[in-house]
Amino acid sequence: MRLLTHNMLSSNVKGVVNGFPLRLEASTWVEKEVDFNADFLRSMFSKIDWPALFGAAQTVGYVALPESADASMLESEDFLKKFHHALLEIHVEEGALVCPETGRRFPINKGIPNMLLNEDEV
Amino acid sequence: MPRPELQAPPEIFYNDVEARKYTTSSRIVEIQARISERALELLNLPNDGVPRLLLDIGCGSGLSGETMSEHGHHWIGYDISPSMLNVALDREVDGDLLLADMGQGLGLRPGVIDGAISISAVQWLCYADKSSHEPRMRLKAFFGSLYRCLARGARAVLQLYAENMDQSAMILTSAMRAGFGGGVVVDYPHSSKAKKAYIVLTCGPPSTQSWLPKGKGEDGEMCTDSDEGSDDEDQTVGMYDRNRPRKKMKVNKKGKGREWVLKKKDQMRKKGNVVPPDTKYTARKRKTRF
Repeated sequence: MRLLTHNMLSSNVKGVVNGFPLRLEASTWVEKEVDFNADFLRSMFSKIDWPALFGAAQTVGYVALPESADASMLESEDFLKKFHHALLEIHVEEGALVCPETGRRFPINKGIPNMLLNEDEV
Repeated sequence: MPRPELQAPPEIFYNDVEARKYTTSSRIVEIQARISERALELLNLPNDGVPRLLLDIGCGSGLSGETMSEHGHHWIGYDISPSMLNVALDREVDGDLLLADMGQGLGLRPGVIDGAISISAVQWLCYADKSSHEPRMRLKAFFGSLYRCLARGARAVLQLYAENMDQSAMILTSAMRAGFGGGVVVDYPHSSKAKKAYIVLTCGPPSTQSWLPKGKGEDGEMCTDSDEGSDDEDQTVGMYDRNRPRKKMKVNKKGKGREWVLKKKDQMRKKGNVVPPDTKYTARKRKTRF
């Protein structure tokens, strides 16, 4: 699972009002190279929740991201490179996503988060 | 073959054996690729070369995701079958995979997704596989969460094999209740084999953007295995054989006449056939009393 997906996911447990962001617990992660596309990053930027991305990147040991970002920074090639790396190239392999409200854990195995809910959580 | 939906729930039906079978069958792979290509076309993404973030609902082993990757898009795939997802891992697909049940809602933030496709998956929602399953509620949860996560004006294209009319009506009604606009596009409606139904949904109020594309082969064009994959240009000039004006036969009042018979006999001779010799009796007119 990439941090892009982590940034989109929110907790789906019944009764949860604000299930975002899911707390990321990562024990192993890998880095895979992905083609750099500045247009994609620019169009995605407005949809990204920056604090969540920043927090998740910290969890997997990537500290190059600035703590806050705004649209004017998209002009900088250097910033885009870092954004690209954090968003698309870090794959969390093992770990868990934790619902911020209920503390429900969604385990991540082999890079696939298990988002299945039990019957009483639907 | 009986419908897989009637045999077992999806996470049971698509076990290791079935998942492997699904992905090693070159026929299924080809059909899936063709359907997902068409679904992507119906999605009508702006043609500006910018990659988008798409959803693949019921991604299975990532066959349809591959098409999206080929077009450069990033995608997130949902599937309920761990075996299918394992195959997808083996195939090293580019998208992110989630083990999730679409009937429980997608659990995504609002307005972040640029489009969604789903190949032969949504009809599974119509079956109650557990005592807690209520198809209507599951459809509602699915379409509700899909509507929320799509950006305004984004589209969702769902290809499905509905068992009967009631089923497709139920699916379409829940989609409309969730706020979607759109309808069904049927490709090759006259062919039982190539016929495919796509539900094309647009997020947001009806507008000029929410026009419904036409299905392929709707004008009664013939569809054979070879021209199924042909592109639109061929199809606009395609003409139904029956409507083509017939070649005018050269017939005068007297019928075909001696000249015509001699010409035909000559042609036959040139082909090497045994032809009776031309005599004064050749093509003579018979008496009326005959």
